[in-house]
Amino acid sequence: MSAILGRKLGMTSVFDDKGECIPVTVIEAGPCYVTQIKSRERDGYEAVQLGFVETKAGRITRPEVGHLKKAGVKPVRHLREFKSAVLRSFELGAQVTCGIFQIGDKVKVSGTSKGRGFTGVMKRHNFSGFKASHGVHESYRGSGSVGASSDPSRTFKNWRMAGQSGNARVTVSNLRVVMVDPERNLILVKGAVPGARNGLLEIQK
Amino acid sequence: MSLLKSAYQSELRTDLPDFAVGDSVDVHVRIIEGNKERIQIYTGVVIARHGGNSATATYTVRKALKGFGVERIFPLHSPKIEKLVVKRSSRVRRARLYFLRARSGKAARLRERTN
Repeated sequence: MSAILGRKLGMTSVFDDKGECIPVTVIEAGPCYVTQIKSRERDGYEAVQLGFVETKAGRITRPEVGHLKKAGVKPVRHLREFKSAVLRSFELGAQVTCGIFQIGDKVKVSGTSKGRGFTGVMKRHNFSGFKASHGVHESYRGSGSVGASSDPSRTFKNWRMAGQSGNARVTVSNLRVVMVDPERNLILVKGAVPGARNGLLEIQK
Repeated sequence: MSLLKSAYQSELRTDLPDFAVGDSVDVHVRIIEGNKERIQIYTGVVIARHGGNSATATYTVRKALKGFGVERIFPLHSPKIEKLVVKRSSRVRRARLYFLRARSGKAARLRERTN
């Protein structure tokens, strides 16, 4: 399993060798740096921590600067852990580029979805709402019944209702890698990935 | 150039002629049947262009086939297009000629552009 951090640049389309048009998302993936290697003896589990997006030392907290100094890495904005076997072969402070992925790989991309704020059930759960006429009044976008009467005398847990929509971690699996360019640090995957442009993405194989 | 643009820059075609909405064009389409490849010429009027010169740009070509209107949407930079030939240009006053869908025969003629 390989993994890397990236930044969503946006969507476009490319043509495959048959001339078919493929919708792709362009991701600036890496270069990342190995900032910590967690071991079973010391930390209780095995993982590799990656840092992404070089920044100024003043932009991150002093404990973070110290943590990165230990790994001999320049200040980075984001830190994420992966339980990746491929990454474990890298040394502390090593650079990881998108070259660890190949064209045709099926990857899993995680990110933070666009926040929609507090939304109703139609937008949040794709409910149908009610008719705009035929006697319906005052509940055009409502959810309808939320349960029975005196038995059970309560609304069940996890019932789908209005509330915060988006701004949550979303993972999309089985996205095909269409192009890898380690020189420009670009990965193109077929289809859409979560979040807005410039959002942080975790790409795993 | 932005990094996003650099991702698809090599896909863009530079060999196509300038053409505009209202032009009558021959689109030479590569068709693969089994192992054989042949060229089919699709002739019609460009009634819409979308997306400028970007990687996702398309154009719509309309023609009348045996009394039926046929419209095909081609990706501008598609490698399946062998070439594109502009036969005739028209003087048109709007960006999308969707009004042609309601017309046929003599009513669907466009005024030729003379420079």
